[in-house]
Amino acid sequence: MPGKLKVKIVAGRHLPVMDRASDLTDAFVEVKFGNTTFKTDVYLKSLNPQWNSEWFKFEVDDEDLQDEPLQITVLDHDTYSANDAIGKVYIDIDPLLYSEAATVISGWFPIYDTIHGIRGEINVVVKVDLFNDLNRFRQSSCGVKFFCTTSIPKCYRAVIIHGFVEELVVNEDPEYQWIDRIRTPRASNEARQRLISLMSGELQRKIGLKVLEMRGNAVVGYLQCFDLEGESGLVVRAIGTACTLDKLSSPAAFLPACNSPSKEMKEIPFNEDPNPNTHSSGPSTPLKNQTYSFSPSKSYSRQSSSSDTDLSLTPKTGMGSGSAGKEGGPFKALLRQQTQSALEQREFPFFTLTAFPPGFLVHVGGVVSARSVKLLDRIHNPDEPETRDAWWAEIRQEIKSHAKALGCHAVVGYSESTSICEEVCILSASGTAAVLNPRFLQDGTVEGCLEQRLEENLPTRCGFCHIPYDELNMPFPAHLTYCYNCRKQKVPDVLFTTIDLPTDATVIGKGCLIQARLCRLKKKAQAEANATAISNLLPFMEYEVHTQLMNKLKLKGMNALFGLRIQITVGENMLMGLASATGVYLAALPTPGGIQIAGKTPNDGSYEQHISHMQKKINDTIAKNKELYEINPPEISEEIIGSPIPEPRQRSRLLRSQSESSDEVTELDLSHGKKDAFVLEIDDTDAMEDVHSLLTDVPPPSGFYSCNTEIMPGINNWTSEIQMFTSVRVIRLSSLNLTNQALNKNFNDLCENLLKSLYFKLRSMIPCCLCHVNFTVSLPEDELIQVTVTAVAITFDKNQALQTTKTHVEKSLQRASTDNEELLQFPLELCSDSLPSHPLPPAKEHLESASSNSGIPAAQRDRCSSWIELIKLKAQTIRRGSIKTTVTVEKASPVGDGNFRNRPAPPCANSTVGVVKMTPLSFIPGAKITKYLGIINMFFIRETTSLREEGGVSGFLHAFIAEVFAMVRAHVAALGGNAVVSYIMKQCVFMENPNKNQAQCLINVSGDAVVFVRESDLEVVSTQQPTANCQSSGTEGEVTT
Amino acid sequence: MTSELDIFVGNTTLIDEDVYRLWLDGYSVTDAVALRVRSGILEQTGATAAVLQSDTMDHYRTFHMLERLLHAPPKLLHQLIFQIPPSRQALLIERYYAFDEAFVREVLGKKLSKGTKKDLDDISTKTGITLKSCRRQFDNFKRVFKVVEEMRGSLVDNIQQHFLLSDRLARDYAAIVFFANNRFETGKKKLQYLSFGDFAFCAELMIQNWTLGAVDSQMDDMDMDLDKEFLQDLKELKVLVADKDLLDLHKSLVCTALRGKLGVFSEMEANFKNLSRGLVNVAAKLTHNKDVRDLFVDLVEKFVEPCRSDHWPLSDVRFFLSQYAASVHSLDGFRHQTLWDRYMGTLRGCLLRLYHD
Repeated sequence: MPGKLKVKIVAGRHLPVMDRASDLTDAFVEVKFGNTTFKTDVYLKSLNPQWNSEWFKFEVDDEDLQDEPLQITVLDHDTYSANDAIGKVYIDIDPLLYSEAATVISGWFPIYDTIHGIRGEINVVVKVDLFNDLNRFRQSSCGVKFFCTTSIPKCYRAVIIHGFVEELVVNEDPEYQWIDRIRTPRASNEARQRLISLMSGELQRKIGLKVLEMRGNAVVGYLQCFDLEGESGLVVRAIGTACTLDKLSSPAAFLPACNSPSKEMKEIPFNEDPNPNTHSSGPSTPLKNQTYSFSPSKSYSRQSSSSDTDLSLTPKTGMGSGSAGKEGGPFKALLRQQTQSALEQREFPFFTLTAFPPGFLVHVGGVVSARSVKLLDRIHNPDEPETRDAWWAEIRQEIKSHAKALGCHAVVGYSESTSICEEVCILSASGTAAVLNPRFLQDGTVEGCLEQRLEENLPTRCGFCHIPYDELNMPFPAHLTYCYNCRKQKVPDVLFTTIDLPTDATVIGKGCLIQARLCRLKKKAQAEANATAISNLLPFMEYEVHTQLMNKLKLKGMNALFGLRIQITVGENMLMGLASATGVYLAALPTPGGIQIAGKTPNDGSYEQHISHMQKKINDTIAKNKELYEINPPEISEEIIGSPIPEPRQRSRLLRSQSESSDEVTELDLSHGKKDAFVLEIDDTDAMEDVHSLLTDVPPPSGFYSCNTEIMPGINNWTSEIQMFTSVRVIRLSSLNLTNQALNKNFNDLCENLLKSLYFKLRSMIPCCLCHVNFTVSLPEDELIQVTVTAVAITFDKNQALQTTKTHVEKSLQRASTDNEELLQFPLELCSDSLPSHPLPPAKEHLESASSNSGIPAAQRDRCSSWIELIKLKAQTIRRGSIKTTVTVEKASPVGDGNFRNRPAPPCANSTVGVVKMTPLSFIPGAKITKYLGIINMFFIRETTSLREEGGVSGFLHAFIAEVFAMVRAHVAALGGNAVVSYIMKQCVFMENPNKNQAQCLINVSGDAVVFVRESDLEVVSTQQPTANCQSSGTEGEVTT
Repeated sequence: MTSELDIFVGNTTLIDEDVYRLWLDGYSVTDAVALRVRSGILEQTGATAAVLQSDTMDHYRTFHMLERLLHAPPKLLHQLIFQIPPSRQALLIERYYAFDEAFVREVLGKKLSKGTKKDLDDISTKTGITLKSCRRQFDNFKRVFKVVEEMRGSLVDNIQQHFLLSDRLARDYAAIVFFANNRFETGKKKLQYLSFGDFAFCAELMIQNWTLGAVDSQMDDMDMDLDKEFLQDLKELKVLVADKDLLDLHKSLVCTALRGKLGVFSEMEANFKNLSRGLVNVAAKLTHNKDVRDLFVDLVEKFVEPCRSDHWPLSDVRFFLSQYAASVHSLDGFRHQTLWDRYMGTLRGCLLRLYHD
């Protein structure tokens, strides 16, 4: 019996009137967890009842603790008839299961009813006493931390990034065909909410188990999605990146300040908390031990590999991929053979992260994506979701092979999505093929060391742009030049990626949001025929989306896309494609050429004239855009030196064959050769339309910028005002004579108008930038297009340039960056992320000896498989080697645990209505995140049978989204937090039936609850803390001040 | 292509002050859009009419949702659905409870009942204020009235506490509630020259001096109802005009004191008895509800108008009233000095305020 859950119902307020006669309510509360239910007394005749209940205690398995939500139902007591439910609160108690997060959940929760929405609030206190569990074969994974953030969370240090974890669970949908049953809707919707809550708990637990198996203690970039497959069931699936994280507990720890590596090295593995004064000293929970257990196992010979994945890298470890040798070493080959098959089956070198510690990303190959059209069938055995698993495995395999074709061993910025219409489902996966920095390099052992030494001086500023693939055997025709930055390596002419712009990348000017929008009509069809039709359309759509992106990028005068997200949505009679990305000008890449228009009928004079007119317009636009986005690349005189590689030779090279599978459509992006991308041939009206549509995109009004990445390239002086918002639009197409053109225009207008509206609404924030602009398209019905946008507007100071960013980090980097101010643009990231690189030097020694033992050469040509292999091996070794230590430390844990939990609750827990910020970004400008309280993952259904009375569809959805925000904020506040970061609205499924005056909406949101401290406040705190810092690590003082 | 659904929800609720004003003024979305277009906002921002339409709709929807909360402002502070910074909350409340001078003059002193509500059509036509706005203002008056009606303690404080209004607005509401409760007549033609401010000023003086709350702070309705006992006692003042000797003595005292200091001395001397009779009779009649209602009519008829017809300057009126009130203390035969002060102190203040063109 590993846990005791304690719940206290304190009071209610603003309850609805349930008794018309008295205008009052006789409320009581049912508290349910698993199969146990407790009830409070009935508090008679009040809209603000004070129950002040005893502590209700549930003694439960930790497996249940993870799976089950706490259900609180508020009811109105009725002597004569059945009690009426007022509403419910679901509380996910997961945040209480790991010690570093929240210790208590206490606060006012909105009481939610699927029909009436929020009806008053209830004050609840929840605590968990976790007991020790010695069972190694347990089914629970309490203590594994989950983060939605797709980068290493700000107050943590990544010790190891283990890799990809995925899981899915399936179930029958309690209400497939909801609209038919809308007459008895409340019960079925509540069942659905409960089920999904349960399923996500289970999924999280299972993922957690996998993480524990990999010896990790956290999942970063956790993305959980629902597939509402209708009659064939409900799928909840999740992906994430398993990591071993170390908490940086004192503010001083953010400073990249440790000069005595040896000491650090000892401390970090054994005492994860470098500041014993603020926390109970010594090991406190079983989970943390798994972090420690690495150091004992260092003695194992194979441990050499452990540092392969070690994120903490010194600049010295930079590595040239092109020069890597092929000789793998016999031992290595043997190892690979032994583990290969198992790895290939289950393991994928994928990372859901989009931002990385400096030095982690060595090279970026380009976007890889795979799509597959499937016919849904009923899930026969929910316990064995093999079909769905197999589908995804196929796609991932595809991605993996694409990455390999690009000469990359890993995929970063990886994500998966689905689009379902009736029984057809499109599964999509995409990511960025990349070469990651896998190991430390020993001094002098590898040829090309000199080269790396040079790179060390310019730490990876341009390195990620260099091609990872063999230039003589390129997977696609591309135009290569020598890097405009270092002049040593080859770079492509354009770069598409799904990740955020690396913080150390040098960009020129500012970035901008670039979207490609596309509709394709398709015939209505059934089953197989439908799937085939869709499969046939997909490649054309991908191609066209890609062309549009490329053209728009050129039009902006930029040469790289970050955060690329291509969404293909399937409807009854059409397919929609929407690609969003942030365009930038990377200094390392060549200046993009213009766009040339070529007519097919050169004889016609007026036509010629038209063409030239068009050409002029395009040239003007490019010039204007360059000015707008401040793109003034320095004129490079050494053009001659960095002469392009002769093209004919590469053209003759073989293209890697793409995988062929009957029902799968895949495409390697970047499939454009230079010529294709730049010359637009106008041979019919369609093409004309395309060119026109290129020119219709209106730039945002002055003072506004927009991007879909975390931060806007070229803007750094953020001020603290942020405004997160969700905007939803649904348009009805006139069903008459729908053509592809008309459809495209409608869709284009829809998106453009939506953006215009946003700019207008947020005009009071100017100068500001819309960050993380996330568009989602769905086709709820035949003639309806729904676009949902979530983004955050952040103000920035136009005048205050770089003064504030002058930190010691800057100074240290100044040597390297003489000409590029851009390098210093994200001091916050630099500060927090650069720490991991410091404790490293000693690790190198370990490595050196270890790897020489094992005889594995440091660099491998075929990094891909060897690398994973080694991670895997390491995980296994550790499991075998460290059980003993783990157990002994665990015994001590209840004491430590107790200490931990006795700390006073965060100060903001009891305030009335504290402000809770929400942002899709992983940070809050002008503030430091001091604590992650746990993941927020909430699912709501709202329905109405009085649509008109609630203000029509707009009124209904407006109120519902406002309520969802409110519930998220309330939960965060109850955890003691004051913000949600990495917030995302993953689903917003809206259905209406105006004839019946009904509508229904499902919303799924998630994010990380955090505590942040304003930087201005933090300064005060840090001045009070120097003594503590000195004690924790005596060396820090030397450097900090 | 038609827009079926179009919403924008911010984590911090966006409040556009201009649109809020249009909404409060009762304009329809279409009218509001037209007015915004006329304000030149399209040129300033480069937006299109469609954008403006969508924006206006959004704000209207938000305000509509907020309205329920604005009916009980403390709810707005404690609710969780809309995250609004405190300064914005205050603005929302203050503006919602603000009223038009023209409107308040129409309903001041009227019973806040359904009957009056039916007349709002006429008031709307007469004042040019939209019916919707009239309704909001009327409902505000009524709501505040209902809430504070039965409460103990200071009227202004109660209003402030339950509606979170600024001091200034709370005082105005106190006056409105006070007038509505006592049903003072303010609509007569001869009272038209008076502004709401004039009445509010008088109401405040009366609340401070003439109500139960003025003597005992623990009574129910203390600030709403006039002190019945006091009104009863006012009959005693009649002796000032009924007793001829006393009246003559009073007059001579006043005339002696003011001789040479008043520009309109002769007029004053000639009219003294009439004026004094007027003022004292007003006091004596206040036992009847009907006469209480006509208080302002009487004051204007019996004092303001006679003085005005003789072109008394305001300074002379002030001199006169001070002397008129003070001289009573020298009347040996008069025993109701405190009563007189309580009555005359307030009346003097009111009359001075009412005395203008």
